[in-house]
Amino acid sequence: MTLSKNPLFTRHEAAAFAVLAFVIFLLLPAALDNFRLNLFGKYLTYAFVAVGLALCWGAGGILSLGQGVFFGLGGYCMAMFLKLEASTPENTSIQSTPGIPDFMDWNQLTELPLWWTPFYSLTFALIAVVIVPVIFAFIIGVAMFRRRVGGVYFAIITQAFAAILTILIIGQQGFTGGVNGITDLRTLKGWDIRTDEAKEVLYYVNGALLFVVLFIAHFVRKSKLGRILIAMRDQEDRVRFSGYDVASFKIFIFCLGAAFAGIGGAMFTLQVGFMSPTLVGIVPSIEMVIFCAVGGRLSIIGAVYGALLVNWAKTSFSESFPELWLFGLGGLFIAVVMLFPNGLAGVWTEKVLPQLTGLWKSRKSQPQKEEALQ
Amino acid sequence: MFSDYSMSELGAIFAMQGFAGLILFSVFVLMALGLAIIFGQMGVINMAHGEFMILGAYVTYFTSIFFADYMPALFGTYFFVAMILAFIASGTLGLLVEWSIIRHLYKRPLDTLLATWGLSLILQQLYRTAFGAREVGVTIPSWMMGSMPVTDMIEVPINGIFVMVLAVGISMAVYIMMFRSNWGKQVRAINQNRVMAGAVGINTEWTDRLTFGIGCGVAGVAGSAFTMIGSTGPTAGQLYIVDTFLVVVFGGAGSILGTIASAFSISQAQSIMEFFLSGSMAKVLTLLVVVGILMVRPQGLFSLKLRK
Repeated sequence: MTLSKNPLFTRHEAAAFAVLAFVIFLLLPAALDNFRLNLFGKYLTYAFVAVGLALCWGAGGILSLGQGVFFGLGGYCMAMFLKLEASTPENTSIQSTPGIPDFMDWNQLTELPLWWTPFYSLTFALIAVVIVPVIFAFIIGVAMFRRRVGGVYFAIITQAFAAILTILIIGQQGFTGGVNGITDLRTLKGWDIRTDEAKEVLYYVNGALLFVVLFIAHFVRKSKLGRILIAMRDQEDRVRFSGYDVASFKIFIFCLGAAFAGIGGAMFTLQVGFMSPTLVGIVPSIEMVIFCAVGGRLSIIGAVYGALLVNWAKTSFSESFPELWLFGLGGLFIAVVMLFPNGLAGVWTEKVLPQLTGLWKSRKSQPQKEEALQ
Repeated sequence: MFSDYSMSELGAIFAMQGFAGLILFSVFVLMALGLAIIFGQMGVINMAHGEFMILGAYVTYFTSIFFADYMPALFGTYFFVAMILAFIASGTLGLLVEWSIIRHLYKRPLDTLLATWGLSLILQQLYRTAFGAREVGVTIPSWMMGSMPVTDMIEVPINGIFVMVLAVGISMAVYIMMFRSNWGKQVRAINQNRVMAGAVGINTEWTDRLTFGIGCGVAGVAGSAFTMIGSTGPTAGQLYIVDTFLVVVFGGAGSILGTIASAFSISQAQSIMEFFLSGSMAKVLTLLVVVGILMVRPQGLFSLKLRK
């Protein structure tokens, strides 16, 4: 692949996208019952975060341990809208103050806090789902990257943000629903999101949105920006000395990852029907990193498979061997880092693909570089 | 808000709150010292640090049971034996972990973070399977119970004082090890220039392993001290890990003195704010201030001037 002849999709990439589309839109719906499909819908929402991480971490070399913050912010924005719609005065007539969310009533609040009121509007909520995480990411990014804080320190500070937001949400029970989160969400503009049909529709919406996100991510990777990111990851100083403003690129990619995570969070709220601080904190944030690491941190398609596989394994393991699951997850962390640093995608491009091309002997193909499977 | 209290009451409140802050300070120092050695000197991010502490706590718990069953006469002294055993247990585990995992990852610090996180999950489940999910508390020897009256209104718990004394003692020991012993000199040399240190005949591989082991051992002793003021559960270690890292980073990685100074400021800020605000808001504010300062001054309070 030369730079002058650089099509947006090589044959391999087009095939990878097609296979993923087949798996998500045909194979899984055909193979799974409604309950399982809904679970996979939930896993797909994590895939949004994993794709964002593949860009930030795999391409940009920025490891964020606070993606749960953005996932949570997006999810809470959506949940606030849904909660307000569910809390009509008729539905909440038994409360001492009808018309406000039930947890506010339990916490002796008598009117809706001012910052909740814009969330009566769906348009505002949908914009907030993307914008709020991006604003947060922008502030963190500007503060950190402009001062050239990176690597380990960035990881620890983003982790601190995950801790701060969790403590804040749990502590401010009256405004946020506390440790239970925002639950009992019912309808979206009058459309009941709790029925089986709705869950199935949402699964497809999830899949479609995920593909939009994947195309954006793929475009970024293929563009000049994507190549600068990789150059920056490998030799930051050289890129800086070549006259590029390294910090701006990092801020951009971090914000993009945050936006993806926010969308994922909002879709999670719709698909699962609640949002709670257990999806914001340190543990879920690190688990999101492992989805990306298992799939292959360099590959955006791999990240989707990673999210689906790890979560599927988690569910099936914890159903049958609850004791063993943490051993499995912990072992997975160590094994991926030590044996397969490029994850499944790395195994595929380094081990499986050369075998396949050797079998077909269609033409003398050179060993695929890591860019081949994006 | 102060009008309800008399002047002497206010003084007592501040003294008690300050003392609570001092206990928190000791806890932070004990937690952070091991990490300051591992993260500060070696640059390894050990997310399983909390689990090494918990191992020390469990060792203390079982030592106390052993003494209560077989040597009730010596029960008052079990804690000192437990501390040594905790150091040995956590330190040995540390050596093993360094040998099997960490040494392969020195060039990839972010990957050590993920691998040690995996290790912490495994250890947690191991503790849960072996010792049960319930939190356990040790029986404190009788001489450590009760509290010491300072004035009529101010009383300080003896176990709190004991933990403070321990924190001071362990800090001194770490300081002497780092700056007066041969090992400390080697560690600092490797930190400054690994290749040169190897060239002048320092066995860098062995020093790394020993450093990691000692750092984990100190964590074990910290866990042992924790049993005096709280109970121990399989997942207790995870609660501390963010605080601990922030203390070390805020103090300036590589500086033992910085770690102590940052532990002091964070703990005092938190415990004084806890009196005015709810506990969670005090925590949030403290963390926000620390993160804010780190954004302005990423190298932390005390930074070593190093040629990178």
